[in-house]
Amino acid sequence: MTLEDLDAVDRRLINHLQDGLPLVARPYAVVATQLGIGEGELLYRLERLRDGGVLSRFGPMYHAERLGGGLTLAALAVPEADYDEVAGRVNAFPEVAHNYRREHALNMWFVLATETPARIAETVAEIEAATGLPVFNMPKEEEFHVRLHLSV
Amino acid sequence: MSVSTCPSSTPIVDDAQRCDARGLDAVDRAIVLATQAGLPLVPDPWGAVGREVGISGAEVLERMQAMQANGVIRRVAAVPNHYRLGYVANGMTVWDVDDMQIERLGREVAAIEGVSHCYRRPRHLPHWPYNLFAMLHGRSREEVERQAEVLRRRLGDACRDHRILYSSRILKKTGLRLAGKRPNDAATNAGRRS
Repeated sequence: MTLEDLDAVDRRLINHLQDGLPLVARPYAVVATQLGIGEGELLYRLERLRDGGVLSRFGPMYHAERLGGGLTLAALAVPEADYDEVAGRVNAFPEVAHNYRREHALNMWFVLATETPARIAETVAEIEAATGLPVFNMPKEEEFHVRLHLSV
Repeated sequence: MSVSTCPSSTPIVDDAQRCDARGLDAVDRAIVLATQAGLPLVPDPWGAVGREVGISGAEVLERMQAMQANGVIRRVAAVPNHYRLGYVANGMTVWDVDDMQIERLGREVAAIEGVSHCYRRPRHLPHWPYNLFAMLHGRSREEVERQAEVLRRRLGDACRDHRILYSSRILKKTGLRLAGKRPNDAATNAGRRS
């Protein structure tokens, strides 16, 4: 599913639901009324957008640190010839939540999410051992803003 | 919604980020496990989660409202796939900003349209001089560069250098997951508040 497959209602729905579902009884019925469609139609469209990959997910966005866990952003400078091999080794860690290739000498950027803050340092050490590369650990020191809204 | 304040009834230990981790009990954690992959798309999602966790839908709703109020849940929302929506240019902009001014400038940059995430992070000298990170999402690199120019002007002389690191491949994207027991294992706590 791509942008061209989305009609006006899908687009309004995506824009609306990025801002959040109200935490009330029958929340989908409330949103459906706001969008001028039925609850069943809203659920059908939402399922289709999720299963079609337009939405990565739909649900609660938890704040990792407030759940008591550890979170960090880390980077590696991976030699080109070893890139896929190293990506496989890094991705094999369940603590790696996201991993992106980026265009820079530091060319692999991943988010570590761990059950406890102490596990961050251990996981960094384990990734260094598994890859033979130094990990640049860049935990956030301050959060100014987290608010992704992509209008369609 | 605020992501950095704590409810006044919650003891602040030494750091606002950790203020309420202790406030979650086993039932809350069961709700997290049952919903971190997604909320059921059924008319009564709270009831569906409650059946999995072993409590009533009303209690699920009440507990999730409490978790949202204290910032454990940022919001319950749709997370779009950038690429599918045409936001193919995903630029992590990084800035080397004067430490004396980053506090104020970080907040200003974060408020600029198009910035989705904005953090102060440690430098790793000499390889990595950048201490301010701001994510930009555009339909093209030109759009991201226009947005970055707005940030550059706002930072002015306080910024010594900057880069835009585009993502060229998603290597993994599973989202944040708590490991743990299956939700049903927490059913022994059903209906009880600790």
